[in-house]
Amino acid sequence: FLSYLLFGHGINVDLQTDATLQVDISDALSERDKVKFTVHTKSTLPNFKQNEFSVVRQHEEFIWLHDSFVENEEYAGYIIPPAPPRPDFDASREKLQKLGEGEGSMTKEEFTKMKQELEAEYLAIFKKTVAMHEVFLCRVAAHPVLRKDLNFHVFLEYNQDLSVRGKNKREKMEDFFKNVVKSADGVLVAGVKDVDDFFEHEKTFLLEYHNRVKDASAKSDRMIRSHKSAADDINRIASTLYTLGTQDSTDVCKYWTKLFPLFSKLSKIEARVAADEDLKLADLLKYYLRESQAAKDLLYRRGRALVDYENANKALDKARAKNKDVLQAETSQQVCCQKFEKISESAKQELIDFKTRRVAAFRKNLVELAELELKHAKGNLQLLQSCLGVLKGDT
Amino acid sequence: MSQTDMAANSQRNPPPFPGSEDQDPLSEMADGDSDEGEDIFVGNRNPVAARTESFQPNTANGEEPADLFSEEDSGPAARSSNSPPGYKSSGVHSDDDSDLFAEASMELAGGGPSTAAKPSEAEAGPSPTTRKSTTQPMSMEQLEEDEVKDNFELDVAVTNPEKIGDGMNAYMAYKVSTVTTLPMFRNRTFSVWRRFSDFLGLYEKLSLKHSLNGCIIPPPPEKSVVGMTKVKVGKEDSSSADFVERRRAALERYLQRVVSHPSLLQDPDVREFLERDELPRAVSTQALSGAGFLKMINKASDAVNKMTIKINESDTWFDDKLQEVESEELQLRKLHTVVESLVNHRKELCGNTAVFAKSIAMLGTSEDNTALSRALSQLAEVEDKMEALHQAQAASDFFIFAELLADYIRLLGAVRGCFEQRMKAWQRWQESQSTLQKKREAEAKLLWANKPDKLQQAKEEITEWEGKVTQYERDFDRISVTVRKEVLRFEKEKSKDFKSQLVKYLESFLQSQQRLIKFWEAFLPEAKAIA
Repeated sequence: FLSYLLFGHGINVDLQTDATLQVDISDALSERDKVKFTVHTKSTLPNFKQNEFSVVRQHEEFIWLHDSFVENEEYAGYIIPPAPPRPDFDASREKLQKLGEGEGSMTKEEFTKMKQELEAEYLAIFKKTVAMHEVFLCRVAAHPVLRKDLNFHVFLEYNQDLSVRGKNKREKMEDFFKNVVKSADGVLVAGVKDVDDFFEHEKTFLLEYHNRVKDASAKSDRMIRSHKSAADDINRIASTLYTLGTQDSTDVCKYWTKLFPLFSKLSKIEARVAADEDLKLADLLKYYLRESQAAKDLLYRRGRALVDYENANKALDKARAKNKDVLQAETSQQVCCQKFEKISESAKQELIDFKTRRVAAFRKNLVELAELELKHAKGNLQLLQSCLGVLKGDT
Repeated sequence: MSQTDMAANSQRNPPPFPGSEDQDPLSEMADGDSDEGEDIFVGNRNPVAARTESFQPNTANGEEPADLFSEEDSGPAARSSNSPPGYKSSGVHSDDDSDLFAEASMELAGGGPSTAAKPSEAEAGPSPTTRKSTTQPMSMEQLEEDEVKDNFELDVAVTNPEKIGDGMNAYMAYKVSTVTTLPMFRNRTFSVWRRFSDFLGLYEKLSLKHSLNGCIIPPPPEKSVVGMTKVKVGKEDSSSADFVERRRAALERYLQRVVSHPSLLQDPDVREFLERDELPRAVSTQALSGAGFLKMINKASDAVNKMTIKINESDTWFDDKLQEVESEELQLRKLHTVVESLVNHRKELCGNTAVFAKSIAMLGTSEDNTALSRALSQLAEVEDKMEALHQAQAASDFFIFAELLADYIRLLGAVRGCFEQRMKAWQRWQESQSTLQKKREAEAKLLWANKPDKLQQAKEEITEWEGKVTQYERDFDRISVTVRKEVLRFEKEKSKDFKSQLVKYLESFLQSQQRLIKFWEAFLPEAKAIA
């Protein structure tokens, strides 16, 4: 049931499932401070010992795999599928804990109801993190070059712990500095005008696009949070109406008893609307935030290679002028040239694919969003109409 | 028989607490009260019907705007027949008449304390002198035979808030417009300008006069220093506009409730408030705002409660009712808090949606696939429209639902107040009885001590106190009757008011969903067109 989430999730629509390599997360277990994913593979490729097998992996191992792609020079010309975000149940766990502490102060019904709601929230977060991890693996499996990566095969097949410990403090500091250098570098590289129109356009486009997606993602999160709060309030109104209906013995009582089921259902629908917006809009934006970053990284690598190539050219010219170490300079220049051209060639295709994927994903999600909004609004409408009919008819 | 039956049939109920468009404050007062003093109410339908016809032209004049008629269904036949006994607005016999009427209609509610002689007079038919004396032709609306309308005789609206003056001495003036056919007013349509303190002043005057009788005096909206200061210093933002609108609507509902109360409408202070061009400034309200006054009443009632005096009576109606009122008030407060939270979250959602819409529009412009770019800007437009929807929904949550609850929380406080008045009356009676007892004992002692001179005084005092005991007992009975009647009327109004407001609220919600559907239906093809 978990793998349907991938396609249901629709973040990436055109991941071909071909028989040679199919990967999915068939199960997941949430433990105290970690999640264990069961990665299930079906393959007809000869390098695997079996045709079908499963292993258990944790989040850090996914990150290790991702980082190994990033650090591999061979893959410099590809958009590396973005790493899945770390499973974060902290907020949800805190809420469940607070609920447990406050158990004495509320009625049994209130407690059960809240517990169910929080558990549903926990489950939703859980499903999402599983989907994110699955999408990563499927992107790798769908990529013509990455799917052949040795580390990937080890990841899929090696049925013991990969002993990929999380980075220690020193390594984290190194990473931090690497990023600082990279961004400074990135600015330098970005400043270099590209002769190639395609890449020049892509550079400008991606820079702006990435920033705007980031903004839209943050704002969509805020909007959806308010929506959830409003849905919660409607739920609380329903509860109060219930109490009023049972306690109030005046004439108005009959209105309360009629309104309680209405508000109860309305709140469920509102919560669903917020959840669907989250899934179809917020998640979409978040994913493309990460992918556009990966695309930017690709451009950066190409830019870096271009600078190296240009420097090698200059060095060659100098060597020829001095007539010293010319052969060395020539070889070095050739290597740089090849590297740059290889990256450019695959980068172009990658960026085109990126656009296709992006357009398809947006289309699918926006259509589904609109359809769901309509479905829920019609549901609301029906509830309201029937309740109004009852209220008005009653004298 | 006829009277009350007819009244019952015609649903001459006490006017609803209007909070809605169907303001029919004075349905009961309607009617073709006839001029010549002949008693047309004797149960003889025909003459009345004939008279009814003659009054129809009034409606034809279109004097009363359509929205003054409520949707209440009263059978045509019944309608044409009735005029509730003695409904007069000559103002001379006002209190009596309205009592008559009110009591008669209370019978409908099934709780009427029809112990007083008056209702029976009404039913009996022979016109009491009071009725004969009203001679003015009431060119008043009669319930239409074929239309579902309620009668009303006076409609009041509060509009056009205007800021007068500047700075800290500034104040808001509101136009109070009345449309009426009651003869006690000089004109049919007139307006005056009033400020907030005038409304509070009116409340105080009415409280002083009527609360001792056990009447439920509708409370005015509360003073708000913060809100008013913003308006005074000229802060022209949406929160000041909201504040002014909220206050205007609350003042309107307040007045509508006052004029729909049969006794209060007859009060000359009410008439003066509606009619007189210049009202003397109600100075005491500066120190004693409406809210402060209410607080005083509440404190007094708390004090009474703390004395844990229980009225020893076999009829538990009052006790039960008070408990019901208190419990309902508590629940309404809870509900109000949650509704306010909803209003705030919707406002927040509104703001966040607007910001998101802009962000998506920006994303759309940087998107280089044309179809997707267009779809994204369409999405931005949809979200913009959603913002407007959320805004409207939040306003509806607030102005219809939250304010309804706030009004009733205040009104229930006023209801509790009148129970307290009854309690006080009972206390006075009990105390007078014990004083009488003491006086009698004193007399006995004097008799025994044989002091003839003091004896005379003692006897006089006994007579005095005997009189007081009787008086207070009668007061207590009377206030009990009034309280019961008031509460029943209140409950009916409350039921109607809640129903109409809740219906309005749900209808606004429904409309917003309908618009939402339109927006997304327009967007869907754009999304599908992405390629």
